[in-house]
Order: sequence, then structure tokens, then C-alpha cells
Amino acid sequence: MSTKNLDIYMPILILLILGVAMVSVTLLIGKLIRPNNPSAVKNQPYECGEDPIGSAWSVFNMRFYVTGLIFIIFDVESALMFPVVAVFKQLNDIGLGGLVFIELFLFILILASGLAYCWRKGDLDWVKSYHTEKGQD
Amino acid sequence: MNQTVASYLLQYEPVQQLLAFLSKLLGFNAISLLYFLIFALAILAAVGFLSLVGGLGTYAERKISADMQARIGPNRVGPYGILQFLADGVKMLLKEDIVPTQSDKFLFYVAPMLCIVGVFGTIAVVPFSSGFTIFDFNVGLVYLIGISSLVGLGVFLGGYGSNSKWSMLGGMRGASQIISYEIPVVLSALSIVLLSGGLSFSSLVKAQGGWPHQWFIFHNPFTFVGFFILFIGSLAETNRAPFDLPEAESELVSGYHTEFSGMRFGFFALAEYIEVFVVCGLAAALFLGGYNVPMNLGGDGLIGQVLQLGSFISKTLFLYYMVIVTRWTLPRLRVDQLMTMCWKYLIPISMVNLIMVGLWMVAFDGKSIFDLIFSGASVATGTGH
Repeated sequence: MSTKNLDIYMPILILLILGVAMVSVTLLIGKLIRPNNPSAVKNQPYECGEDPIGSAWSVFNMRFYVTGLIFIIFDVESALMFPVVAVFKQLNDIGLGGLVFIELFLFILILASGLAYCWRKGDLDWVKSYHTEKGQD
Repeated sequence: MNQTVASYLLQYEPVQQLLAFLSKLLGFNAISLLYFLIFALAILAAVGFLSLVGGLGTYAERKISADMQARIGPNRVGPYGILQFLADGVKMLLKEDIVPTQSDKFLFYVAPMLCIVGVFGTIAVVPFSSGFTIFDFNVGLVYLIGISSLVGLGVFLGGYGSNSKWSMLGGMRGASQIISYEIPVVLSALSIVLLSGGLSFSSLVKAQGGWPHQWFIFHNPFTFVGFFILFIGSLAETNRAPFDLPEAESELVSGYHTEFSGMRFGFFALAEYIEVFVVCGLAAALFLGGYNVPMNLGGDGLIGQVLQLGSFISKTLFLYYMVIVTRWTLPRLRVDQLMTMCWKYLIPISMVNLIMVGLWMVAFDGKSIFDLIFSGASVATGTGH
């Protein structure tokens, strides 16, 4: 790709740099005028006034990771749907809409069956009920 | 946009003379300098405008909530307290910057920056008017959804980097909530792409018209439902009540920004208020006709641009008002309710929506429900063509 084609993306680069610059310049200006007298107690993480016990970086509730996994599948699928959907109107105008629609329908059907599977397994329930867990044994 | 403004300026003799002089002085064609200046001004205007929107958003929020609770709200700084956000900004700048010793310093510093960068990136494609869009990206919708995910990353890293239990809980909730609600938002945005046949915001907006019956929200019953799915999903993606679980102040102290003080907290707040404006603009552009003016009043000239700007901003601010009213009306959801709402209701509904909009396109050849009713009525009365 020639540099001429990349030129049109300059606004985005400039805006992103502007975002970084705004944060860092404001914090630098703040550094000059704000007070700075840290102490060991002040720099503790907030734990309702008690001394913090242990680190917060520990094993966390598994539900969040399951949600993350399901999301990745759905996100990739919706990303793959973008190009199909974008050309749908053009093809519909020349009479091929039915074909694209069937393709889109099958694609969503696969997605929906995946969702139905997760639902049936109880992965969409935040607190897995006793009944569901018993059913899996 | 640069070319049109530059050619408008070049009609004047002094500008041409100045350009010729500069070209001779610098040794290259100074017209590129002019383009750059116009571009820089446009960007500064957009950023300044959005910072103002963020600031005034906090003021509006406080004033409207005060109204709803029979209080007065901020009324000391400036007329009706309208300069309150500037006073808040100065106060935050003067506050001590406390960084917990146990925290991951790099993540702690980079989290507010990610939020601001993510929000500023989205400004580039927001269609204010047909002339004033900083960059009419040909895949604008994909870009906007992609770059706004940086905010979610900022929320999560802010919570993780603080190494505080409250922050960690808030950050985890924020991350899972933002990624979950992205799916219904994307799916209902896709149904609009089906109708308009383009991913750039200009094509999305130009496929609609100025009158309400030409908007995509009233195109067919399924897009009507789609608008509300997008709106609810946007509320959750920007961590607004009733989905403000990441910062639930009654249970998690302040959630992911518990450990952030002074200006660092200020950037999180600013990013949130600007993001609400951007997602309201997205909903207005996709479903409410965007910058279209009825009967194309004012044409493409300067007056037309001002009218278009007014049309877009008024729709966006109406949605912004609805967001604020929603926040002060509804109670907060529980985490399991939040996930049930997204995965068991919004996602299946938006999937069915997408399929039905596709079916509608095939069955009725892309005509809206009003077109069908009008043509049916004209056939029935014998005046049809």
C-alpha cells in the first residue's frame, strides 16, 4: 500500500495522539501545582480503614471467565457477519437477496444453537442451580 | 472537508497572496499548510466541543437529578451554577495524586489514558453534519465499535492495576458487562447495515430521510425493537445506571476507580460522559435519521450545515436527557439479573431481529412499512400509479 492511501487515516492517528497528550500534559501541569506528601498509611489500598489483608490478585469467580469464553465465540461470529451484511442490499437489488438471506440465516442458526447449548448446560446462569448440577452428574 | 473549506477561502485575494508569499518563503506549495491548519482547527473544535459536552454533562446530570429529587443542585459558580464543571476541574487538578504502593504502577497510569484515548478515537467518525465529520471512514461502524472497546479495557485495567479488592470486583464486573452487552449492540447495528447497505456513517445516515417516517426506527417493527436493544446495550456499555455495577457506590465503595484520586479520577468521569454522548450520537445516527433535515432545508450551503448540526445535536441531546432520567429513575440491577437480561433476553431477541429484518428486505424489497401502507392506500383508492 502506498503512503498516499495511508494518508487518509491521519485524523485517527492525530486524535489518538491528542488523547494521550491531553492526559499526560494535564497530569504534568497538575504535578507542578498539587501537594505531594505521601505516607505509608495513605498509600495503602482502601479496605474500609482496616489494614489490607493479602493481595487482590487471587483466584476469582469462574463465572466471569466462562462469560469471557462465550463472548469470544459470539464476537468472532458477529465480526464475520459484517461483510455479509454490508453487501446484502446490493445483492438484494439485483435479486440475489434470498440466497444471501439463507446464508445469513444458517450462520445465525449455528450461533443460536451454540447459545442454546450453553443455556441448556446452565452456563448462562450466574448461580448454577442445584438441579442443573445434579443433571450433569 | 478540507478541500471544500480551502477552496472557499481561496476565493479571496489576500488569502491567495499570503499563500503565494508563504510558498516562496518556505520553498513548497503552502496549500498543504492551509489544509493542515483547517484540519487542526476542525480537530480542536471537535475535541473542545466534546470536552465541553463532558463537562456540561456532569452539570446537567446534577441539575436534572436535583430537579427530580426536589433539590436545587449546583447554583453558586456562575449563573445557575453553570460553571460548576470548571471549578470541579480546577479542584481535581489541585488534589494530591495518591498511587497505592501495592498497585501495578504502569497499569495504574495507563488505565485513565486508555479511557480517554478510546473516547477521543470515536469522535473521528461521529457524523455531526454532512460537511462536519472529521473522517468519513468507509468502515466507520466497525471502527467505532472496535475503538470504543478501549474504554472497557481501561475500566478493567483500572480495577486490576489498583490491587484493591473493591477495584478488582468493579473491574471484573465492568469487563464482563461491557463485553456481554457488546453483542446485542453489534447485532442490532447490523440490522441497520442490512437496510442501508454500507458501513460508513454517511451511507448509514443518507439512507434515511428528514421526516420521522423515513427514519430507520420506524422502518419496520423489528428495527423499532432494535432501537431499544441498542439503547439498553449502550447504557450498559457506558456503565450508566441501571447498569452501573462496576462502580456501584452502595456496595463496592466506588468500584474500579476506588483508588484513583484527583485528575486521574476526573479522566474516568470525563470519558464516561463523553462516551454517553457518543453512543447517543450513534443511536441517533443509526435509528433517528442522524443529521437529516426535513425537506432538505438549507441545501448543502452553510445554512444547511448549521441546520444539520442542529438536527443531529438535538436528537443526541434528547437521548442524553433520557439516559440521565433513566439513571435517576430505575434501581440498580443485580449481577445475575444483569447477565440474565443480556444473554437470555437481549441476545436472542436481537438475533431474531436480524433474521426478520433480512426477511423483510427480501420479502418487501427494502420498502418501509409506511411505504407499504401508503402504496396500499393509494391502490385501494384508485389513485396509485
